[in-house]
Amino acid sequence: MAEGAIVIAVLASAIRLATPLILAALGGVFSERSGVVNIGLEGIMIIGAFFAVLFTHITGNPWLGVVAAMIFGILAASILAVLAINLRGNQIIAGVAINLLAISLSAFLLELIWKRSGATPSVPHALTTNPKALEFLEKIPVLGDLFSKFTPFVYIAFILVGVTYYILFKTPLGLRIRAVGEHPRAAETVGISVYKIRWLCVLISGLLAGLAGASLSIGTISLFREGMIAGQGFIALAAMIFGKWHPVGAMFACLFFGLTSAIQILAQTIGIKWAPEFLLMIPYVATIVALVGVVGKAVAPASDGLPYEKGEK
Amino acid sequence: MKSNFEKMWDSFRLPIFAVILGFVVGAICIIIAGSNPLVAYAALFQGSLGSVTSFGETLYKMTPIIFTGLSVALAFRCGLFNIGAEGQYIAGSIVSIATGWIFKDMPGIILIPMILIMGIIAGGIWGGIAGYLKARFGVHEVITTIMLNYIALHTSNYLVRTVLNPETLIPGSVREAFTVPIPEQAKLLKLNEILPQFTYSSAHVGIFIAIAAAIFIYFLLFKTTVGYEIRSVGFSPDAAEYGGISKEKNTILAMFIAGGLSGLAGAVQVTGLIYSVNQVAMMPGYGFTGISVALVGVSHPLGVLASGLLFGILDNGSRQMQLAGIPKEITGIIQAVILIFIAGELIVKFISERRKKELKDIKTKEVE
Repeated sequence: MAEGAIVIAVLASAIRLATPLILAALGGVFSERSGVVNIGLEGIMIIGAFFAVLFTHITGNPWLGVVAAMIFGILAASILAVLAINLRGNQIIAGVAINLLAISLSAFLLELIWKRSGATPSVPHALTTNPKALEFLEKIPVLGDLFSKFTPFVYIAFILVGVTYYILFKTPLGLRIRAVGEHPRAAETVGISVYKIRWLCVLISGLLAGLAGASLSIGTISLFREGMIAGQGFIALAAMIFGKWHPVGAMFACLFFGLTSAIQILAQTIGIKWAPEFLLMIPYVATIVALVGVVGKAVAPASDGLPYEKGEK
Repeated sequence: MKSNFEKMWDSFRLPIFAVILGFVVGAICIIIAGSNPLVAYAALFQGSLGSVTSFGETLYKMTPIIFTGLSVALAFRCGLFNIGAEGQYIAGSIVSIATGWIFKDMPGIILIPMILIMGIIAGGIWGGIAGYLKARFGVHEVITTIMLNYIALHTSNYLVRTVLNPETLIPGSVREAFTVPIPEQAKLLKLNEILPQFTYSSAHVGIFIAIAAAIFIYFLLFKTTVGYEIRSVGFSPDAAEYGGISKEKNTILAMFIAGGLSGLAGAVQVTGLIYSVNQVAMMPGYGFTGISVALVGVSHPLGVLASGLLFGILDNGSRQMQLAGIPKEITGIIQAVILIFIAGELIVKFISERRKKELKDIKTKEVE
């Protein structure tokens, strides 16, 4: 392969691999900025991936699959919302429960609906190619090759980074979300409903993680396979932390993690001889390093993970 | 004053309700799948307790999750959430293989304890790292242990593929997706070698090590100063600090012991059952089940033994359920629902408080 082509191939692969991570990490940003730790991102992605395929299979329209993934993502997240917000339960246990439920439920439904286990058949209409409306981008010299390898989810993810940044830092709602995450008591005294804001954010995080799941199933391999999420929800969580709970930071973290996986996958083509395992490890090591604060410490919102009891003055 | 029984009931009420509700939701799923829940649950218990052999299968499924359950429980007692049992298990198992290979000429009576101790140390260090990062830098252990899980997974895969691969160590062999096996004399005794009734079941004496570990942790937590300090930090870190108990020291110590228990799970699994370690894409899952085991066992070592049995039954009986035509994933759903109810402690409290109130109402009516 020519060098230019290799660079394009690696970049395209990195961006495609980063896409689900970005979507899920944005979900994490919303939830944690409002003060709810969402360990269940992984599980919600599984749910999203499954229902995207199921509804694409039923309706024949992958976009309805995407909508279904978001709706079921919201439903899965509402378990976390009830447990973490209203019942003031342990958010970590709730997240672990969602992950477990998602694994079993998707396998259960897979067997119930397709009468087989392991993986669904592939759906004929998937969203694995550059959308027709954007085909003109492929005509751009050099970069055109890059665009030709994108999926609709890539564009959605990057647009949502901007949207999330705008909401969180440029709107009154964003100010409220951040206030609730930092100091819920103070927020409540100025008339912000902590419960409402947290509910909203947890549901948005479900929507985004569901979308992330869809981008992996109908956006990548056109089917749902058990174990296909394989820890990507946790990598998204890591990216969110590495990006210091900031949407743009999280995006760069995801791109970086995507790049490490792309290099790992294309190692032979590029001629890199590093052990693939060490490339795979980079996101996790980087996150610990970021948390320890070697290069500017990553600090969570002050009330992240703490249940809030209404009206206790 | 509450009687002892009432105190015990108070602490076990939550998990018992959660387990019952888990089975109820499971039954609903079974009905949705078009089967009879009674048939399914009969198969579940028949398949896990119905004969000595099937009980033996349950015993070996229980073994690793009792260790990881103890691991999570001990960390809970210090106010720490050890999601890292997975990684500590992996660290323990891969180091066991390495130890077995290096000292392959030792007699079993020395080699077995050596492997188990190295497993404890490996897991302990892996857990201790998270403890140290928490104590020294204030980094939340949930995040670091999740990261350490994956670092352990990939490191183990690397070692399986290269250093500990038969291709590297045994001349003339080809590359495999698993490590060299542990030496013959390092294998734990199978229960069927003592009691032939266990027939083909793979149960091994690891279960006795697990029970011993539970008793040891019980004494450590409740009868020694070490345990007292760990529990004080878990109960109220600031008060403990004020009383001269070091929060930092106990955080590291608790994570070391917790990691050691999960590492021991790996060592026992390697010496008792799997004998070599595979290259894997996914977490083995014992650590996550350990969280459920610890929570249902109210983070009490003896409670962990009981809930370990429950989860062993769920795991082992699911096969029999599958044979009866019921998707085995039901048991996973039951497990998740149990966790949901435990996380939503208040739901269960609400239900049982209302029942209490109803009972009280009935009593007052009777008096009237």
